[in-house]
Amino acid sequence: MSSQSYDYLDGNAAAGELSKIFAMDVTAAEGQCAHCGATKRFAEAHLYMQGPGLVARCAVCEHVLLRLVNAGQRVFLDMRGMTCLILDTSQVQESSG
Amino acid sequence: MWRVGTIVALHDETLTARTITLEVSDWPGHLAGQHVDVRLTAPDGYSAVRSYSIASAPNPERRVELTVERLPDGEVSPYLTQEVATGDRLELRGPIGGWFVWRTEQTEPIQLVAGGSGVVPLMAMIRSRASAGSTAPFRLLYSVREPGAVFYRDELRALSDRDHPVSLTYAYTRTAPKDWPRPPGRIDAALIASTTWPSNLVPTCYVCGPTSFVESATDLLIASGNGRDKIRTERFGPTGDRK
Repeated sequence: MSSQSYDYLDGNAAAGELSKIFAMDVTAAEGQCAHCGATKRFAEAHLYMQGPGLVARCAVCEHVLLRLVNAGQRVFLDMRGMTCLILDTSQVQESSG
Repeated sequence: MWRVGTIVALHDETLTARTITLEVSDWPGHLAGQHVDVRLTAPDGYSAVRSYSIASAPNPERRVELTVERLPDGEVSPYLTQEVATGDRLELRGPIGGWFVWRTEQTEPIQLVAGGSGVVPLMAMIRSRASAGSTAPFRLLYSVREPGAVFYRDELRALSDRDHPVSLTYAYTRTAPKDWPRPPGRIDAALIASTTWPSNLVPTCYVCGPTSFVESATDLLIASGNGRDKIRTERFGPTGDRK
């Protein structure tokens, strides 16, 4: 899978799914890639939604940042591809949940 | 987390796109550029969720407008563009997304670049600017297949012909009106150079459209001197389905 295949969306598009889990909007946060160390907005990650779950990849190195799978009433969230998530509390909107 | 909105108005923008106005009694307000997830559930329990950008400016009436383009093989968009009626209820989640947004406090020049129905969240920004009385310099470069596919044409014309106008450029990709100065074609370096803010004004750029459009528009903006960190993007999938 490569970023040249144009089959991805922006991290923005994961905001709805992530809002089920997080109280703050994660897509506006900065995340650090565990592989290449780049720190970028999660909204700028490459998001693949064709599979049974959702996979976000680093926009710089394409390493997996986050995987999210819904299975019935259970949600599997794997964030080991991000070493740090930096949230700006001044930009928080009233909760959409 | 899922809210219920009641459809209070329907308006056809083009032959294939419709604006749905919803009243959502517990709507917390939104920012221009945000989207909602819409969930449709069949009698057998099967449900489908799709994301749609909000077209309306933040407003006190708790109204949310979505403009939906019908996709020939879509699962949700044919229903939303052909079947729903006023009084129907839809389930929504949102407002969603805090990055691809324009806030009325922003005063820097804004460059909007739309591909097809990617104009929807950018229209929310234009409407938000107008309703807030903002004078932030706005330019819209709107790439669209043909004149009949333009959304919000009359409103855009009105907003580009008043004090503190939004400067508006159409780029037709397949069929242009008669006597149009530029032959139909995709946006290119010459068009970016002649119609977008010079990069030395350090505009914030918002680019929305199909993935391939966003890729090429972003590359052209960078090639003309804009920093990647000044460009915010929102892509739809190859089918336009924004799940």
